[in-house]
Amino acid sequence: MPQDTDIAIDVQGAVKRYGTFTALKTISLSIRDNEFFTLLGPSGCGKTTLLRMIAGFEDVTEGAIYLYGDEIDALPPYKRPVNTVFQNYALFPHMNVLDNVGFGLEMLGQSKSETRARAGEALEMVQLSQFAARKPSQLSGGQQQRVALARALAPRPKVLLLDEPLSALDLKLRKAMQVELKHLQLETGITFIFVTHDQEEALTMSDRIAVMSSGELQQLGNAREIYEQPRNVFVADFIGDTNLMQVTVDAVADGRAECHLGGAHRLTCDAVGGIGAGAKVHMSLRPERLFLSADPVDANSLKGRVREMIYIGTDIATIVDLDGGPQFTVRSSNSSRGNARVFEPGTEVAINMEQGAARLLID
Amino acid sequence: MAKPYDLRRYPGFFAITLLCLVILYAPLVVVAVYSFNDSPSITIWEGFSLRWYVDVFTGPESGKFKDAAWNSFIIAITAATTATIIATLAATAVLRAGKFRLRTVSIGLISLPLMVPEIVTAVATLIFFNAIAFERGVMTILLAHIAFCIPFAYMPISARMQGIEATYEQAAMDLYATKRQAFRRILLPLMMPGIVSGFILAFIISLDDFIITNFVKGAGVETLPTAIFGAVKQGIKPNIMAISTLLLAVSIVMVALSWFIGRRDPAEER
Repeated sequence: MPQDTDIAIDVQGAVKRYGTFTALKTISLSIRDNEFFTLLGPSGCGKTTLLRMIAGFEDVTEGAIYLYGDEIDALPPYKRPVNTVFQNYALFPHMNVLDNVGFGLEMLGQSKSETRARAGEALEMVQLSQFAARKPSQLSGGQQQRVALARALAPRPKVLLLDEPLSALDLKLRKAMQVELKHLQLETGITFIFVTHDQEEALTMSDRIAVMSSGELQQLGNAREIYEQPRNVFVADFIGDTNLMQVTVDAVADGRAECHLGGAHRLTCDAVGGIGAGAKVHMSLRPERLFLSADPVDANSLKGRVREMIYIGTDIATIVDLDGGPQFTVRSSNSSRGNARVFEPGTEVAINMEQGAARLLID
Repeated sequence: MAKPYDLRRYPGFFAITLLCLVILYAPLVVVAVYSFNDSPSITIWEGFSLRWYVDVFTGPESGKFKDAAWNSFIIAITAATTATIIATLAATAVLRAGKFRLRTVSIGLISLPLMVPEIVTAVATLIFFNAIAFERGVMTILLAHIAFCIPFAYMPISARMQGIEATYEQAAMDLYATKRQAFRRILLPLMMPGIVSGFILAFIISLDDFIITNFVKGAGVETLPTAIFGAVKQGIKPNIMAISTLLLAVSIVMVALSWFIGRRDPAEER
């Protein structure tokens, strides 16, 4: 029985089945107090199901969920001190903004004056005090979003659940809201559990991220760990851009693995436990950890020919065909300070990698 | 304003529209106009007069019509109210209680009466009351009206409820409202336009019913439609047109009311 007050939500072996379909396969994870925690994954990976199980809208087929040590999985939603920001906001259309924000407090039995005062404070926190008397329909999407946030924060829940709340906003507004959400989390000290399919959003805001796919937890870690030390092919591919290569491990010695990737191309990288000689596995090489030069700089350089150059703005992406092998994307910063040399299509180049750029992955 | 493929630019559009409108509304217009005719004849116009309206309220048949109108309104209001409550609960059960056995059957059973020929329902209801030896009178009419009003009240209510996303109630329950509070504070106000339409539709259907009423009413008990039918059997007098016009006016007012309430739609937003 977890009694640790540092753990806000403890999910222990939670399983969710709908008939014969298993939406969640035995998930166990602990979400720390005062943490910005993100459930990240493609649609259908079970992240929203898990969130709804914590909120109380889905029952738990097997396993248990604890909130600061108390088992909550059998409680109805209205008995759980957690609040949700819904994807479509679900603001009550027949009530004005202040009544929407005060609804939770009213249901908790707070006095009229207390409800109004605290709903007003919550509105102030999202800078919408001047809209208190409006109906939700008279607000823009971004304003509705902030009202939904204020409504969920007003009763001061122990944990705030956010179900893809930014997905309906345009890019600029979304970026602004990401910053605002992070500030609100720091300001209120409430544990946030955020669901998204947008990996960039997850990396920007989260203290820790749980990457999920097909009902399973793939990796749990902070942004840097998830990005730089992906545990498997799914995580490497889903988070950020990468060159994913099929390689064969020829030999493993002194913590280094010698691999070849089709044609005569060979390179060595850090060995990974569980991957021995003869294994056919995947290798991930982040495009920004590679750089081009006219001549090879070391034994790990690969030779190829530039196929295409793509101007992205902040970066320049160069697509290189390896002689008789796979295709690589190399990204370099579009800055005069950078060592980016521009190679025209057709030129012979060498692809070089920074220390630790190549990572072997278990499938 | 007309776009290249605007319906209004098809040949014959105007003529066909006009024809339909005339067929639909000419009889009503004729009745309404001739109710103001200063003549005992129903076909010859002799000038404007309110004498048949005076006749309805003070003439030799006024007592009979007043009793019948009173019965009609009491029955219509009671039947519509009861049917609306039952239909609201039925819609809540069918649309908000999740999946349960016989759910599809329930939906079918609720709307089936709309497709059964009214005469069959009338005969069946009469046989039923006879079989249980229920004495015919205002009560039998009321019970029958409640029964056949339910599907009419159900239709707009369930249509409305279908358009209300379940996340509103979930949000309410997430914000510490019990199921009952979520229903009363969120679902019911959002459903109100549908409930009002359902009530008004049931009210008009009940007010207007003739066949079933005629079968199940006791001797000497009349509603407005059966009283009008009784009077017409002795020849159509212009006072019938005056009563009909008054009934029409009530219907129009009710429908207009329902339309305005429907337009003041709190959930039409976002």
